Amino acid sequence: MTLLSAAQLSEIESRYPDVFHQPLLKRSLPLLIVLGTLLYVAYCWWFFAIGTVIAGGQWDRAEIYARQWYSYDLRPTIRFSGDDAKVTWPRFSPLGDNPNPDWLVQDGRKVTVDFGSAGRIVADAKLVEIEHRGEKLTVVVEPTGAKPQGELPAWATLREDEVKADFGFAGEVRIMPERVSLSRRFLGWPNFLFDPRSPFWGKPLTEVAGLIVSGDRIKPEMSNAALAFDNIWNNSQWQHGDVWTKLLQTIVMAFVGTLFASFVALPLAFIAARNITPSFLANQATKRFFDFLRSVDMLIWALFFTRAFGPGPLAGISAIFFTDTGTLGKVYSETLENIDDKQREGVRSVGASPVVVQRYGVAPQVLPVFLSQALYFWESNTRSATIIGAVGAGGIGLKLWEAMRTNSNWSNVAYMVLLILIVVFIFDNISNALRRRLMEGSAGR
Amino acid sequence: MSQTAHTLSAEGLAIERHWHELAARRRLYTALIVGALAIALGSSLWFANESNAGKFLDRLPHFFDFAGDMLPRDGWEMWRALFDLPSPYFDGSLKYDYPEGRVYLFGSGFYVPEYFYKMLETLNIAALSTLIGFIFGFLLCFLAAKNLVASRLLRFVVRRYMEILRAFPEIVIAGFFAAVLSLGAIPAIFAVGIHTIGALGKLFYEVVENADMKAEEGLRAVGANWFERVGFAIVPQVMPNFMSYALLRFEINVRASTIIGAVGGGGIGEELRLSIGRGHEAKTLAIILLLFTTIVAVDQLSAWLRAKLVGAQSFDFGR
Repeated sequence: MTLLSAAQLSEIESRYPDVFHQPLLKRSLPLLIVLGTLLYVAYCWWFFAIGTVIAGGQWDRAEIYARQWYSYDLRPTIRFSGDDAKVTWPRFSPLGDNPNPDWLVQDGRKVTVDFGSAGRIVADAKLVEIEHRGEKLTVVVEPTGAKPQGELPAWATLREDEVKADFGFAGEVRIMPERVSLSRRFLGWPNFLFDPRSPFWGKPLTEVAGLIVSGDRIKPEMSNAALAFDNIWNNSQWQHGDVWTKLLQTIVMAFVGTLFASFVALPLAFIAARNITPSFLANQATKRFFDFLRSVDMLIWALFFTRAFGPGPLAGISAIFFTDTGTLGKVYSETLENIDDKQREGVRSVGASPVVVQRYGVAPQVLPVFLSQALYFWESNTRSATIIGAVGAGGIGLKLWEAMRTNSNWSNVAYMVLLILIVVFIFDNISNALRRRLMEGSAGR
Repeated sequence: MSQTAHTLSAEGLAIERHWHELAARRRLYTALIVGALAIALGSSLWFANESNAGKFLDRLPHFFDFAGDMLPRDGWEMWRALFDLPSPYFDGSLKYDYPEGRVYLFGSGFYVPEYFYKMLETLNIAALSTLIGFIFGFLLCFLAAKNLVASRLLRFVVRRYMEILRAFPEIVIAGFFAAVLSLGAIPAIFAVGIHTIGALGKLFYEVVENADMKAEEGLRAVGANWFERVGFAIVPQVMPNFMSYALLRFEINVRASTIIGAVGGGGIGEELRLSIGRGHEAKTLAIILLLFTTIVAVDQLSAWLRAKLVGAQSFDFGR
């Protein structure tokens, strides 16, 4: 390998002046773009007060909400009055009306709660012993408040008259005068099939299957299979029936909206394409009409039709239909303007009528592309149909939004998100496979 | 047809018969597909109509009543609402309190009309989330490209990750952050931004995979490491396309942040939902006009910029 001499270097430099001697502006353009972006970010930081909002966020809640996606907690309360201890459960506890879990044992006045590997507590009216991963803490409960004995470890906090011990994922204990309130957390989605009101609740799946196949009728008026289906469909916590109906609405909205839009956009695109309809006025009028439909946002159409038809999928269908007629019309007419003119000329030269010219000279070229574009929009509309649902235009969006607003139903949110992801994934693959076949077919022609 | 058939040879007849069979089968398939589509459409429509709050045929006659309700009391009301000028119909109600929303800057002499300010907020949400999407999409896309990363596992992980970001419903991200940070623009930025990372990342790695590898090979020959090869051989080639896609995404994000706004993300979307819901016709028209103009302007500007960056290719989407 030879090194370049100084003369060679300067010779190369003078041979390519536009590489080695760029104008200052062009050289500093990337730097300017980066600086401009940084300035813009600083401006946005101020405009949205991002720093204050993020600092003021309740990030400890984020962890709690995130946990609720895949786990659930049980919240019994132990009350002490005189010589008596009483464990109470909130109404609609996932454990049913008579919970008697093996992690909570009552022996007279003494209640032992097992937090698995995280530790355990033993509560006796005046004395609560907490064992947290081998460390021990004794809390004496006095009428004025809970008094921890000795130094407070890092996992426990004292606030006014209340001592709180944190077992991490496994739960927490709050010791107050007169009562101890517990939260014990478990992985999973409880009662996913049957809620506690159902006769099948709490039975192992094999037993349920046995009852359905060959058991005596639990309710005389319907078969066990119908009863099981009815109980699952109307599960009070998971609301499978409602969720699936809403999901179907979302799918239907995207399907019907896109289908109608492509039916209407097809003839209009022929009018809008300037090589098909040689009238400037007709071209421009149709194209501006498409622009109008597209630019009045899907949100505006959705709100408008929600007012007109009432909340529900009709509003969603109409909103998708109006927006996509514009978008598909624009895309279709651009495709038409880029076709190969030779085929049309060939068909025209043998004396075919205008309609036949379009049918045999144009349609074979563009139909696969049109179909492929319609499929693409069908798939992307399945996604956007979720969100316009939240403003009342039908579908699962509103249900999602309501589940999130209560801040306690995050496991239902997770369930719906999972369903949406599966649907989007399936449609994505169907649409991609069909489109690939269409494009290969048209390329080989 | 029949006259020509008589003159055909035996092979010719066989071919023609075969062609007729194929054509008949093709027609049958088409008929079956159309039939299936018609059934799916019919049942979908029935289902949609059944589960809607108002029935289509019952509501249709009242459709234009509602459109009529949207007409303001006089032609100037819309402009007064748009520029926050006092209305002659002011009666203390929210409906005509246009000057209430003024956003004063520099003391009390100069104000920005409320809806312009909200529109600016929505545009900022869209721009900032596009920026987030661009930066992270840019960082991720090279790891998903077949021609730059040999490890199938890494590519698979990055691609699936971007797919999840893309398919995850925006409204859930917005709702989650709204629960942590309280309602407002920042959850909307997170939601739209996270979706944009996935969407842009996918488009970006497809561009990278179509890049010309000669420059990369040259750098590889002189011993450049992976970062140098990507930085000096790939990035300069793909940057115009990246910018073009980012602009296209900005257009989409303006719409997306309007919608997210309507479900609690702030900005103009929220104002629109409130004013349609309350039946404030002049305000609604003012917002629709502003939104329409802005979207058209953003689309035109971005189309012009994209045409400058990459030429006619910029319009090639959805294929």
